[in-house]
Amino acid sequence: MIFDINFVGLIIASIMASAVPLILASCGELITERSGVLNLGVEGMMIIGAISGFALMTVTGSLFIAVIGAMLGGVLISTIFAFLTQTLITNHVATGLALTIFGIGISAMIGKNFVGIPGKEFPVLFKSLKDTIPFLSPILFGHSIVFYFAFALPFFTNYFLKKTKIGLIVRAVGDSPESASNQGINVKLVRYSCILYGGAMCGLAGAYLSMIYTPQWIENMTGGRGWIALALVVFSTWNPIKILIGAMIFGGLTIIQFHMQAIGVRIPVQFLTALPYIVTIVVLVVISRDSRKIRLSTPSSLGKSFYKDN
Amino acid sequence: MKLLQKNLVCLWEEEKLIKIVKRNQPSRAIFFLTPVLAIFLTLFAGGLIFYILGFKPFEALKFFFIVPIADMYGLSELLLKATPLCLIAIGLSFCFKSNNWNIGAEGQLTFGAIVSGGVALLFYNQEGFYILPIVILAGAIGGMLYASIPAILKTYFNTNEILVSLMLVYVSKLILDYLVVGPWSNPEGFNFPETRQFSYSARLPLLFEGLRIHAGIFLALAAVVVSWFIFYKTYLGFQMKVSGFSLKTAKYAGYKGKKMIILVFLISGACAGLAGVGEITGPIGQLHREVSPDYGFTAIIVAFLGRLHPVGIIFASLIVAITYLGAETAQIFMQIPKYTGQVFQGMILFFLLASDYLLFFKIKFTGLKK
Repeated sequence: MIFDINFVGLIIASIMASAVPLILASCGELITERSGVLNLGVEGMMIIGAISGFALMTVTGSLFIAVIGAMLGGVLISTIFAFLTQTLITNHVATGLALTIFGIGISAMIGKNFVGIPGKEFPVLFKSLKDTIPFLSPILFGHSIVFYFAFALPFFTNYFLKKTKIGLIVRAVGDSPESASNQGINVKLVRYSCILYGGAMCGLAGAYLSMIYTPQWIENMTGGRGWIALALVVFSTWNPIKILIGAMIFGGLTIIQFHMQAIGVRIPVQFLTALPYIVTIVVLVVISRDSRKIRLSTPSSLGKSFYKDN
Repeated sequence: MKLLQKNLVCLWEEEKLIKIVKRNQPSRAIFFLTPVLAIFLTLFAGGLIFYILGFKPFEALKFFFIVPIADMYGLSELLLKATPLCLIAIGLSFCFKSNNWNIGAEGQLTFGAIVSGGVALLFYNQEGFYILPIVILAGAIGGMLYASIPAILKTYFNTNEILVSLMLVYVSKLILDYLVVGPWSNPEGFNFPETRQFSYSARLPLLFEGLRIHAGIFLALAAVVVSWFIFYKTYLGFQMKVSGFSLKTAKYAGYKGKKMIILVFLISGACAGLAGVGEITGPIGQLHREVSPDYGFTAIIVAFLGRLHPVGIIFASLIVAITYLGAETAQIFMQIPKYTGQVFQGMILFFLLASDYLLFFKIKFTGLKK
């Protein structure tokens, strides 16, 4: 049964599904970091997105409103971060941590009344094509629209950063806010926008978890995915296409543990659960060892505040 | 009315009424006053949240911040929670002062608890004065070992310490879970996820009968004194301060950067490990699944709120400890969700960071020019 070609296709599809939140959050954070802002609040923004999406879905019954609302939830909470770091010039790391702590607390508070409520079924696209082609059709068809969006996003992001003028501006602001500012670019505005965009993507990533991947609200349900998304950005050396590869590896690790348990591999379950975290550390070490490469690809002003004296 | 509006716009445009001016030097008075301001702002915002949730704000705040510490038992509980927060925050202040972002104290606490718990279990059927010191030492070493991972990876492999230390938190909790469910679980424990009870010699003595406060508080106080001495009376403290202000300056001055990074991580790991010892050898006396209600993360807030100053950290740990107790009391008496505690903690840090603006900028009221 394991060597059935369709089964392999299904496994790949499930790996891709578990990679979706990572891709969304990492691509959002990548834009934020490219503008020179280090937002460590990914986990907090994701969990806010997860609860906003689920709560709105339960209350309004509209999936559309829920998804948009989750993104707005992410935007709203990232506005706090943007205001603090950009207008009040606070430390990025500390503010990001506060955002995560606050986000987890607020989401649990809002989510208290939504525990145990079953989610709704999210419509999938190309359902009729699901059994047409062996191996390929479970990979290509029968997924939610967020799924397709997530796999297109790295390419869009890449195009945006490399081929568009706004993308160039974002990179310029991240690499040298002083020169960008001297060129007449409003650094604050660019950074605000990038932070809010990152918030929207993290919100969407959270909504995917609570509405599509495991349609229910569980306290703390992001379970460190936000931090793995942050690590993925470093792993990708700030290149959106590589995020895709990284997210697939981590998605694979998550899925493999289920299958290893299913076929009865005698490894304690806790070790398998710890695997993604351990692999993240190992991957980070391997990537960062070459300090020159990291220095070349890191946005030069990452995590540094910019203050223009008028 | 229109005239007034026009005047105001005029005033605003020429920035005559209110002016924001950069200070030449951060203000020292404000440095210690802003934490107080942040606490008041948090109380205000908290009252607002309670109001939105449909509770009477003053009553809710009373149940949150006053009722839990109104009797001896409450005070003892306050000190019980403040002890690990203070210990960990003292350790973290070494890291934060020197620009090292160790945010995995929770993991170091857990690993310290695992190692000291393991040692305590070795002596489970023995009594003797030598057991407790060994158990405490084991906890400190466990925390140091765990903190050395991000430190070594940072110094020799250029790896981001924030992400590594955080990932290790998840790993440590899973190791603990594996041990208390599997090999270390109490053979007579009906499969509960907990170990045997430690022998009395492996436990920190309780200070008063009927109260849960234990001798661990002396560990925290010792850490306060020692850290104060190191910060302000030794060359190492000076080096840390310089590296915190500017890594370049530290490099020019010829400080051994790598050695210091490892040292501050080891110190903060040891403190977190000791906090872990206190959690398991105090009133509980065994290892179980949840050694710490996120003390390691909350201590980050405590360290900042205390301005990385040992004495400030004592006050900050007491204040933040109330949010733990308050959340419980408010839940019991008013059905306020217990996560409000975490929300308060996040808000304190937000407001503290925000009010730091006043450190660097002055708001000048220049008055109306007639």
